Amino acid sequence: MLLISCPHCGPRAEIEFAYGHEAHIARPTDQEKLTDAEWADYLFMRKNPKGVHYERWVHARGCRRWFNVARHTVTHEILAVYRMGDPPPALDR
Amino acid sequence: MTRRNLRLADRGRLDRSQPIRFIFNGRTYYGYKGDTLASALIANGVALVGRSFKYHRPRGIMTAGSEEPNGLVQLGQGARTEPNIRATQIELYDGLVAASQNCWPSVGFDLGATNNLLSRFFPAGFYYKTFMWPASFWMKYEYFIRRAAGLGKAPGEPDPDRYDKTYAHCDVLVAGGGPAGIAAALAAARAGARVVLADEQAEFGGQLLHSRSEEIAGRPAVDWVAAAVAELSTMPEVTLLRRTTAFAYQDHNFVELVERVTDHLGPGADGPRQRYWRLRARQVVLAAGAIERPLVFADNDRPGIMLASAGRAYANRYGVAVGDKVLVFTGNDSAYRAALDLAEAGTAIAAIVDLRPDAGGPLVAEARGKGIEVLAAHAVTATRGSARLEGVTVMPLNAAGDGVTGGGRQIACDALLMSGGWNPAIHLFSHNRGKLRFDERVQSFVPGEPVRGCHTAGAMNGAFETADCLAQGFAAGRKAASEAGASGEAGSVPTVTRAEPAESPDRVLWIVPSDKPLGEGGKHFVDHQNDVTAADVALAHREGYRSVEHLKRYTTMGMGTDQGKTSNVNALAIMAALRDRQIPEVGHTTFRPPFAPVTIGAFSGHDKGDLFDPIRKTPMHGWHEKTGAPFEDVGQWKRAWYYPKPGEDMHAAVAREVKAVRAGVGIVDASTLGKIDIKGSDAARLLNMVYTNAWSKLEIGRCRYGLMCGEDGMVFDDGVTTRLGEQHFLMSTTTGNAARVLGWLEEWLQCEWPDWQVHCTSVTEQFATVGLNGPMARKLLAELTDDIPLDDAAFPFMSIREGHVAGIAARVMRISFTGELTFEINVAASYGLALWEALMAAGEKYGITPYGTEAMHVLRAEKGFIIVGQETDGTQTPQDLDMAWIVSKQKPDHLGKRSFLRTDTARPDRKHLVGLLTENPSEVIPEGGQVVAELKNQPPMTMLGHVTSSYYSPNVGRSIAMAVVKNGRNRMGDTVYVPLVDRVIRAKVTEPRFFDLEGARLNG
Amino acid sequence: MVESYRRRSPLASFGLPARAAAQSPEAVADADLQLGERPHRCQINLRGNPQDGRFLEAVRNAAGLALPTEPNRVAAAGELKALWLGPDEWLILGPGGRETELVGTLARGLQGQHAGATDVSEARTWILVAGGRARALLARGIPLDLHPREFRPGHCAQTGLAGANIILQQTDDRPSYEIGVTNSFADHLWHWLERGAIDYRVAISV
Ligand SMILES: [Zn+2]
Repeated sequence: MLLISCPHCGPRAEIEFAYGHEAHIARPTDQEKLTDAEWADYLFMRKNPKGVHYERWVHARGCRRWFNVARHTVTHEILAVYRMGDPPPALDR
Repeated sequence: MTRRNLRLADRGRLDRSQPIRFIFNGRTYYGYKGDTLASALIANGVALVGRSFKYHRPRGIMTAGSEEPNGLVQLGQGARTEPNIRATQIELYDGLVAASQNCWPSVGFDLGATNNLLSRFFPAGFYYKTFMWPASFWMKYEYFIRRAAGLGKAPGEPDPDRYDKTYAHCDVLVAGGGPAGIAAALAAARAGARVVLADEQAEFGGQLLHSRSEEIAGRPAVDWVAAAVAELSTMPEVTLLRRTTAFAYQDHNFVELVERVTDHLGPGADGPRQRYWRLRARQVVLAAGAIERPLVFADNDRPGIMLASAGRAYANRYGVAVGDKVLVFTGNDSAYRAALDLAEAGTAIAAIVDLRPDAGGPLVAEARGKGIEVLAAHAVTATRGSARLEGVTVMPLNAAGDGVTGGGRQIACDALLMSGGWNPAIHLFSHNRGKLRFDERVQSFVPGEPVRGCHTAGAMNGAFETADCLAQGFAAGRKAASEAGASGEAGSVPTVTRAEPAESPDRVLWIVPSDKPLGEGGKHFVDHQNDVTAADVALAHREGYRSVEHLKRYTTMGMGTDQGKTSNVNALAIMAALRDRQIPEVGHTTFRPPFAPVTIGAFSGHDKGDLFDPIRKTPMHGWHEKTGAPFEDVGQWKRAWYYPKPGEDMHAAVAREVKAVRAGVGIVDASTLGKIDIKGSDAARLLNMVYTNAWSKLEIGRCRYGLMCGEDGMVFDDGVTTRLGEQHFLMSTTTGNAARVLGWLEEWLQCEWPDWQVHCTSVTEQFATVGLNGPMARKLLAELTDDIPLDDAAFPFMSIREGHVAGIAARVMRISFTGELTFEINVAASYGLALWEALMAAGEKYGITPYGTEAMHVLRAEKGFIIVGQETDGTQTPQDLDMAWIVSKQKPDHLGKRSFLRTDTARPDRKHLVGLLTENPSEVIPEGGQVVAELKNQPPMTMLGHVTSSYYSPNVGRSIAMAVVKNGRNRMGDTVYVPLVDRVIRAKVTEPRFFDLEGARLNG
Repeated sequence: MVESYRRRSPLASFGLPARAAAQSPEAVADADLQLGERPHRCQINLRGNPQDGRFLEAVRNAAGLALPTEPNRVAAAGELKALWLGPDEWLILGPGGRETELVGTLARGLQGQHAGATDVSEARTWILVAGGRARALLARGIPLDLHPREFRPGHCAQTGLAGANIILQQTDDRPSYEIGVTNSFADHLWHWLERGAIDYRVAISV
């Protein structure tokens, strides 16, 4: 069970959290102008890297706030935790 | 079987004041407190303990610890019986009952042993080769495999015991309570850290418990252990966990342990049987020790053949000689300690057979000095005996160690202690992706790069000398404490003041040769539990299963309950030799939790039975219960299903309830529906985005139905939302989706629209909600309120009024899920029961009828109202549900809008919601029935969709059904078929509405 | 108004007052765990921006409370407490009966701001878990570290216990904890606590 640092509450057990999905996927504006393929890309297509993954979690059983996590998908090491709206930190791992 | 007594008079850490009686295979024996079942059996001369898995060969105890591959027994009786328990870990208690496994009719005479005679038909990969073809035979094979497979028997009754489960936290967890672990715990605790020290044995001390001559800090090693443990036990921030196995080392220093709290006291003891610890440690010190490596020689599995360290532990710790005449077979010095200790205790040592041509050093000299025959550069090439070892053949080795040179010499012995070296217990370290490296000196894997917050110490690092264990443990404990933020004075490293003689180098022969080629003559067992031999490894190699992962699965090596603790390194070393590679090139298989088997009961703790999952109850739950209503599970909620009167079955009760609602007045507990309070200047904007219809113009005090879609355009919730103020709404959700919808709103608000000024608060549980439905609802309610006008003009459909009902402050809404005149009354939760009882009392003269979820489902189906999750499964758009009317064309944006334009969602022939009317009006189609347009004699048929809801409707006077059917809206009037196992139901496709099509009944 | 005796707490069916009355004084004195229900409190969910001085000021004026801005802390003033629930969310806790007046005062004071007060008094009951075994009992289900170095009086947290979402606050060093749990889960949670306390000497506290 991972230990995840909520940006507000500090380190808490993984069972207090819920995983959302890949972070930094902006909702497209001008959706009518998008092709079906482009819209499907927004809806369905997600990265699945072996390495650092930027993803969003919510402290579901705690403060109910969403935040971003940079997690290494092999080691589960959490390399950064940052607030919603902040840009992803540059990580060279 | 003659009774023997192999007790040593003046040895062991036993309480001999009281003998303990126990039963093994139906026979009564005696042991002492401090014994394990294994040591007590050995003391009683019971060498034959069980039969092996595949060949049913006689087997005895091989080790003195959790690595035991052979000595698995069926422990206890009745509901408490437990299979595959290691006799080496069972502490003896009075009345203990155990039996051999994997043998029938008895361990002495076992029919399955013919497998041994047929063993050339049971090679590695046997199951894969034999049972693969033809596929239709698999069912038959499975029957026989299941009968033959497995070791013990699972109990047939529920587990009567209690288990605890707990979270725990510490600065430093020390796993392993030998010299390294104790030193680590001392250093960390003295520095001020919160420490947990866990060891799987009943006593701390590890190898020191059977050390005889060593002294630490000026006193015998066991006395030093006692003093250290005493010091630790006085420290308030130290938790000492005996009989506790750290069985999994998970991410971020989360360690799972199981403590056997009362197992050693026997069944029915006070307190929980076991406790499952879920421990988060800031730092972890692994001091797991090492496991002795068996020698792989011909017929190295007879009862009486044991690890040398086990022989020493039995003698020194348990006061038992493993035999009357013991032969020691080794490639290293450590086994000499066992020989010397046994000799000192008066046991005859038949000989020490040493693989090393140059066996020398102080321990060898001491053995020779004591008159023990040491046969250097010799090997055991054969063993004899069935229920117990009777003797061995010994031959001189050639110089290369890959063959023997001379004639055999027979040596009689009834026990053989073997040592092929030591494998550091790197299992836990490896669970957490710690990198291993191969150590040439110990010829085994040792910890390499640890993960963050992990430290290792002692024998698991390949440091086998006590002084090194103490030094490494102390340093690791101090470092761990300091990294956890505790940096007090730790004192100095405990010093060894009298050491055991130093050891000279080992000779490692991965396969001990005999005078016959491998695979002929005796069996060289590598994995004793799964009966995998060196010849099997060679066969796997010949057949191309050469990677260690393939080797494991092909031969089942290391796949037993012992996870190959004694076999893995030998197997991969043998494979490396066959491939002419170095061991590190061949690598090792992945170590996975659990380190040792864990009882399922421990994982559940007291979260079982009615506490397994929360049961949510409404404020009126007790009333429903008292009335005798069965409950339906809706998510975690219990909802009253129907209210049977005496003599009524479900069908009769539901028929009565649905008729009563349409004829008089029905009352339903609707408290479980989700309610979300939405406030803020962007509240309407939020609703416009999450619902498909428009909300800006909804008047204050009015309600509106809405459908919620995901961005994929698929319906995921529905409900009525009410405008309480210009910037204030009350949203309702389906019962099962309340938390999900709130989460959905929050996710969009926090992640996508953080500037919007909206706050959402769950108020589901603030209110108790009662629905009054039916033509008499108004009359009844009028009796109980004097501040809410109820006529249509003052209180129209889809609006809300505030006032009092039965004297209780209430919000009343006119919304309807039945199509009848309905008042939904919301009061403070604590007054829910009072409201319900007041309505029941006042409603008596109107024949008020409580109805449950089943009647509710029938009533809404009559009207064609969908239930999200029943008519929908995440693949329906509003258009599919014949609800295009609720999708706003004017709104520039809402969630899911773009998806309605996708080629696939815009297709005209998607599955549409339709009604089905059976040709036989009394026949009810089973829900889930597949709908086809063209019948065939047997499947497959082209399936168009399925029946989502189906009931007998007394109000319509026939059966009704809803279904999602491909291109259904263009099939109106068509006949379709629902083929079942025993019949075919013919039905006509209709609109999904069956009753009161004009909606005339809404106003009563 | 309806008679208040017809009001029922979520744990009413357990008959806790009667059980408490039936306990001998010795059993109470000897207990190593106290369990009890603390229902019918004033509870107001408060939302607003703590970076906005006007918001803090309005709350101070309306409730006499300085809201805690440090996460998972409790501020108290008189008979009211404010528990931090989130960076823009608090729970105002007080004696039952004050909720209507207080929600009104807060709503008026916060008018014109992006802030809101919602009465949730009826949504949740509180369960007392106190005494020498309290920490051990809670540790069975709560993944938080309740060691006094980490969690003390004046601290609060939201987490899960026995499958329910809870608000936990420590009120003294006995230690005493109060668990806020929504009504529908209260029955289950009480069962879970009593079953978990089977090895302890439990007294019912009212
Ligand atoms: Zn948080």
